[in-house]
Formats: sequence, C-alpha cells, structure tokens
Amino acid sequence: MSSIPLKPAPQPLIVAAAAGRSLAIPSMNLRRRLTERAIEAVLLLAALVSVFTTLAIVAILVWESIAFFRTVPLLDFLTDTQWTPLFDDAHFGIIALLSGTLTTTIVALLVAIPLGTVLAIYLSEFAPFRVREVAKPFLEMLGGVPTIVYGYFALLFVTPLLQQIYPDLPGFNMLSAGLVMGIMIVPYVSSLSEDAMRAVPMNMREASYAMGATRLQTALFVVTPAALSGIASSYILGISRAVGETMVVAIAAGMQPNFSFNPVEPAATITAYIVQVALGDLPHGSLGYQTIFAAGLTLLLITLLFNIIGHILRKRFREAY
Amino acid sequence: MTTLPLTSPAADVDAIRRLIARHKTWDWLFGLLGVFALMFAMLVFAMLFGQMLKNGLPHLSWDFFTSFPSRRAASAGILSAWVGTVLVMLVTALVAVPLGVGAGIYLEEYAPKNLLTDIIEINVTNLAGVPSIIYGLLALGLFVYQFGLGQSIAAAGLTLALLILPVVIVATREAIRTIPQNIREGAYACGATKWQVVSHHVIPYSLPGIMTGVIIGLARAIGETAPIITIGALTFIAFLPPSPFGNPDQLISFDWLTAPFTVMPIQMFNWISRPEEAFQANAAAAGLVLVVMTLSMNAVAIWIRYHFRKKIKW
Amino acid sequence: MSTISTLALKPQAELKAQVNALNFYYGDFQALKGIDFPVEKNQVTALIGPSGCGKSTFLRCFNRMHDLYPNMRYEGEILLYPDGVNIVDRHVDPIEVRMRISMVFQKPNPFPKSIYENVAYGLRVRGLRNRALIDEKVEEALSAAALWNEVKDRLNDLAFNLSGGQQQRLCIARALATDPEILLFDEPTSALDPIATAKIEELVDELKEKVTILIVTHNMQQAARVSAYTAFMYIGELIEFDDTKKIFTNPSSKLTEEYITGRFG
Repeated sequence: MSSIPLKPAPQPLIVAAAAGRSLAIPSMNLRRRLTERAIEAVLLLAALVSVFTTLAIVAILVWESIAFFRTVPLLDFLTDTQWTPLFDDAHFGIIALLSGTLTTTIVALLVAIPLGTVLAIYLSEFAPFRVREVAKPFLEMLGGVPTIVYGYFALLFVTPLLQQIYPDLPGFNMLSAGLVMGIMIVPYVSSLSEDAMRAVPMNMREASYAMGATRLQTALFVVTPAALSGIASSYILGISRAVGETMVVAIAAGMQPNFSFNPVEPAATITAYIVQVALGDLPHGSLGYQTIFAAGLTLLLITLLFNIIGHILRKRFREAY
Repeated sequence: MTTLPLTSPAADVDAIRRLIARHKTWDWLFGLLGVFALMFAMLVFAMLFGQMLKNGLPHLSWDFFTSFPSRRAASAGILSAWVGTVLVMLVTALVAVPLGVGAGIYLEEYAPKNLLTDIIEINVTNLAGVPSIIYGLLALGLFVYQFGLGQSIAAAGLTLALLILPVVIVATREAIRTIPQNIREGAYACGATKWQVVSHHVIPYSLPGIMTGVIIGLARAIGETAPIITIGALTFIAFLPPSPFGNPDQLISFDWLTAPFTVMPIQMFNWISRPEEAFQANAAAAGLVLVVMTLSMNAVAIWIRYHFRKKIKW
Repeated sequence: MSTISTLALKPQAELKAQVNALNFYYGDFQALKGIDFPVEKNQVTALIGPSGCGKSTFLRCFNRMHDLYPNMRYEGEILLYPDGVNIVDRHVDPIEVRMRISMVFQKPNPFPKSIYENVAYGLRVRGLRNRALIDEKVEEALSAAALWNEVKDRLNDLAFNLSGGQQQRLCIARALATDPEILLFDEPTSALDPIATAKIEELVDELKEKVTILIVTHNMQQAARVSAYTAFMYIGELIEFDDTKKIFTNPSSKLTEEYITGRFG
C-alpha cells in the first residue's frame, strides 16, 4: 500500500496558501487510508473462505473417520473384500467399493482418452476455422449437461441398446455407466489438450512445415510431444472426474457393493455408496453414518493424489517455453 | 551439389511427389478420423436429447410446471422443484458472487507474493478438483448438523456456493488478467487510490468475463445432484416454501431459507428410481427442462464471451 | 521504376530460380508488386530494405510459408530450375516446394527434442528409417553447420540447452540435412550477439559451395560482406537488383542510394 505521504506539521502556511486549497487534507488522507485498509481486509477474508472450506472438508472427514476407525480396524478396512456395513454380519472392506470405482473409471478412460485426444489434435491442427468455431462451443455444451441427465441416458438408453447386442447384460452394469461417463469426460480432455497444443508457439510449427512435413507429421512429431505434459494433465483431470463422478454410476451401475472387475456386472462405487446411505435414514453419529465419511476420505485422498500429479505436470508444461 | 538418395534435384521430383502422396493419404485419413470423432460426439448428444424429447415432450404442458409431485405419474409436476431450484440458486449466487469476485480481485490486485497467497492459490486449484459429493459430506457434517440448518434451502444454497466458488474465482482472475497494466497506471496517475482503480476500472472492464464465469458456475450448480442428495434432501415435497412477502408482521420474511425443499435434479432422480415407466416419462420431461435451462445458460455465457471479446480490443 | 535485369548476372552464370511478375496479397492488401528477379546458382543473394518493405514476405514465397495462413494469394511465377516448375502455382504442392527449399528463421526455433532428433527431423519426415544413414547425415549436416565439434558428445541433450548462436546453427544443420536446393535465411542473426553473428556469416560463405542461398537482412554491412548480389526492396517493390559491389558503391536508383547512406530506414 503506498498512498501519498503527507507531512502535516512543518508546512509553511505561505506555501499552503500559495497552493490554494490543498486537495489532500491530512484527516481525509487518514480516513482514506483506513478505508483502503478495510477493503483490503474484506477482500482477503473472501479469499480465505476457500482455505476455510478445505480445512473444514478435511476436519469433518477426518473427525468422523477417526470415530469410524475406533470401531473398525484400519487393516479390515483395507483388506476385507466385502462391504456390508448395514448388515448384521457387517464387513467394511473398502476394496469392494474401490473395484467398482476402478472398473467404471477404466471403461470411461478407454472412451474419453482416444476420443478426446483425436478431437483435440483435429481441432487444434486440422479443422478449418469454421468447424472449430462450431465444434468448440458444442463441446463446451456437452460438458455442461447435468450428470443426472447422463445417468438417465445410461440407464434408459445405452443399457437397453447394449442389451440388444449382449442380451445377458443386467439392467445395472458398470459397462454402460463407464461408457457414458467417458462421453461426459471427453470435453474436459479435448479442450484442455487442445489448449496445451495451441500454446505450442507457431514458429515451431513453421519450422516443421518448412522441412516439408505434412499436418499429421507436424501434429504427431512436433506439436503433441511439445504439449505432452499439458495433454497428460488433461488425462489426469479426466481420471479425477471419473473417480469422483456420482450420479451416472449411482443410477446406471447399481448400488450393490460387488468385489469385481468385470464391467458387465453391477457394482457400487465409493460415490454410489454415499448416495445409497444418504437416501436412507441413518441416525447422526451412528456407525453407518460414519462409514460415508470414511469412504469420502478415501475418495478425497485418491482425487488429491491425481490433482497433485496434474499440478506437477501443468507446472512443467508452463515452463516448457 | 552433392547428390544423395533423398536429395531432390529435378530428377527426383517424381520420387518426392510419390512420397508426398503417401503422406497425404495419412493426413486425409486422420482428418476423416477427426470428423468421425466430432460426428460421433454430436450423434451421442443428438441421441441423448432425442431420447428425452421423445419420452418427455408429450408430458411437457403448463400443468407440468404448475403441479406438485404426486403418487400418480400422470398428474405429477415440477412446481416445488423449479421453485426450489430458483430459491437455492438465489442463495448460491448471493453467496458465491461476492466471495468469488472478492477473492479473485484480492489474488490479482492485492495479494503480496508470500506464503499465504501461495496457500490460497494452491487451495483454489485443489478445490476445483474435489468431487462434488465431498462438498455434500462437508455440508452434511457442517451446515446440517453443526450449524443446525437441517435439510434446508440455506444449507443447499451454501453447499452449492462453496462448490462453484473456484469457478467464479478463476473466471474473475482470468478476466482481470486481460486488463493491461497501463490502464491501471493511467488511473493511478490521476491520483486514484487502489480501491478507486479497482472499482472504477478493473471491475467494470472485467465484468463480461466475470459474468461468464458466474453463469457457467450457476449452470453447473443447477444440475448438481450428488451434494444435495448427500445432505439428505431427497424427500417428497408437495408444498412451496413460505413466501417472503405474505407475513403481515415483517416486510420481508426469511422463513423460506430454513424451509425443506426439492430441486429439479433431485425430482428427476426421484422419478428415475421409480420402477413404473410412466414416472420415467416424467423424468425425461424434467430432464428436458433441466437440459434446456443449463444449456441456455451456457449459451448465454458463451455469447457474452464471444460478443465482448470482439468488442474490447486492448 | 525498378532497375533490374538478368544482365546484372555474370555471363556464365547458371540460373537456379527466376521470379517473374510476382504479386502477393494478404486479403485485399497487395504486399508484393510485380517483382522480377533472378537467382544465380551457388551464390548468395541478399535482400535489403527498410522494415515493412516486404523482403521477408518475398522470401516466404519461396517455400510457400504463406500457405499456412488463410486469405492470401500469389500471382505471377517463381520458376525453380533445372526443371522450371513454377513453385507458387496453385497446383504445386507446398510440401513439395518445402522439401526442395529449406529455411532458417529469424529467431532460432529448435524443436523441444534432442539435438540429434532436431537434425534428423527432415529425414524422418521423408520416411527415412535407416539408422546408419541418418547418423551419417546428422553428422554431415552438423559438421557443415560448424556445430559438430561442440555437440558431438551430447547429441541426446535437449536442443533448448544450447546457446542462441548454437541453436541457430542447429537450425541451419536441420535445414541442411535434407540437401536442399535453395536455403532461405530470414534475418538469421537478428537475435544473436556479434560473435555468433560472425560465425553464421562465415558459415553462409562456406555453404554457397553446396547450396544456393537467399538471405534477408536488415544489416547492410552483412549484405555487403556475404552476398554476391543484392536486391533493394521498398514498399513491396523491387527497386534495384545488381552486383553487391555496384549496389553499395554506385547504385543506379536514388532511393537505393538514400537507403544505403542511411538517410532513411
């Protein structure tokens, strides 16, 4: 903060008089400085809300999880392959939920990464200006469709469609949830990858074209390698989206925990389990209530891991030029 | 000139042309692949929209918007849902906009280069990557039980406000960053204080960018289901929250803030989970309304961005 | 009007290219106006003129670099000998032109790859897979660019780690590796310090034994030092083309004289 320093006392009267009415009266100056200070403090407070939010998330999840792990040993949580916290014979093996999360995520990535990458290369290096002007807002819109609508689409359109090809497919299955989730993630992957490719300076492309390279050669040998960490960080974001996605899997993959990596089976993910518990009426403070916080903490740690990897990649990508 | 197998004096021009033809085939194939990928994405969207249109459109009538949910699918409507959505969005916007814009201004214009600033910045980036259901758990523990707000409009609005806060902050910062430094210097040279520079110049000039971010954030909040389910708000609501103006004792009553509610995506989820096909048609109709709401908000945001980007050239 | 003719070339000169009535447009703006211009084989021809005179635009016609951007149009011809193909013809593939004519840019622009891969890039683009042959060509090109001794022990280092002058010589090596018929230099030393500049100039002088060179420069001393012929351009027109010595001692055009004596530009 630097406002005009004004010495009030030793100013000769004649000078003040000669200058006419001084615009900066000392008391006004002080008030102005206080106002400026107050505004800055208020803005800082607004910025700190995000920090408080993070602290609150961690505090709540850890607090309830501590209560949970007082009853359930951590070893059981990590090694048991059944998740039946609401049964008489209660088991608390998070693996049974992780398998669902992992399977749906992998199916989603098998759709989103190839499709998103091809779209990014196409839009950044191949598409005529006109096509790009239409395609980019369209993809943004695709990314703006509410996830519940994608869930509806997976359950009532994609699953029946797949059942025509593979009649034994159950009504709830990880395959159609994963496929639709993949479509949902495509805009994230394609737009971030494209940004990374467009950030590659034009003189690098010119150098390649000047050597007689074609578009595809320039895209694959020069632009993609130069944008690699940005592209990788878009994949990481895609993974973190898929892991945390809730409604599509809760609606289309079912909510029954099932330790299986077979995409044609129904299974619950971590997120679907939280939804299932929230749909019921569990008393505050019960073990069942605490399970969703333990599951949530697991989810947060997984996404945090991917966020950190993505952050490191992005940082390296920014330093490239 | 030395002549090598790959060199290209006139004699080899034919060889070069054959090579280029081969390379161009690959170019062409990839171009085709790109067009197919784009068309596939468009096809999926068309199917998604078409499916809802086919099942939902017959149910879309005036009555659908003015009726409460009901046990009978044919007479069920989304009155409580869309009113709930509007009220929750009101709370969300009133909380998220000042906080997000304020935080964005602080980080761009005020923040000194120190540890606290770094922590805030990393925090915002990280929060943007936290799954929405985690916000639901935060709200369940904090707003519903600690603050005792229960499954109310206030609890839901606050939850969604925190959820879209990173979107608003990032949009604000990006908008502010496009303002050239000499605009600020020009204002300081006229004797303006920092806040005068911010309020007279920085905020007005970055307003289109901020608006875009706010609208995109709200469009996302409208469709968010998971955090609201998590706070336990999936209930059968066949009434409206108390009106802010009906009470004779006060000018404006805030009882609606603590009222139970339902919102569009929750109503839709409710109908999807019913086994009867008739309810799924209702779900399609609700989905249609929801998609039109979010997409038109996104379209407005995109329009603002393109429109003002063309108008303002620094 | 312009004072140009093939008469300026020595009688025994062999033509590498001939520019006839070349016009170039960005949208409606005509950037080059009716340029006629001979290029002698295995000689250095310099293009000089004040900024914005179109010398870089002209140079970039030779490898059809303008084709990367929309809304542009060539008229007239640039005939490339010995086969006499008009390289700015719409029906001639720009890639074909670029495979025959290489370019070194104003700012060094190595790829974010190893030194070795940068030089090998043109060969890979041509589909060459024979590792031994690529090794050989890379060494040959790096030697020709006077860089081999400095980098032979770290060919797998990232090219960004080289100094500016080294990067520019790497770009020259990259352009040489595919044995181009013409090498275009677009103000190759404007981003370099005097010592690095001297090295590049020396290199240009040596390279003319192998390849025909066209060089755009904003530095008149540089043109005088390295070129056999000099063309002076002004606002999209070729004002004068002649033997370098003549241009710098006894120019025919008043405008050329004023520019050379530093009265504008």
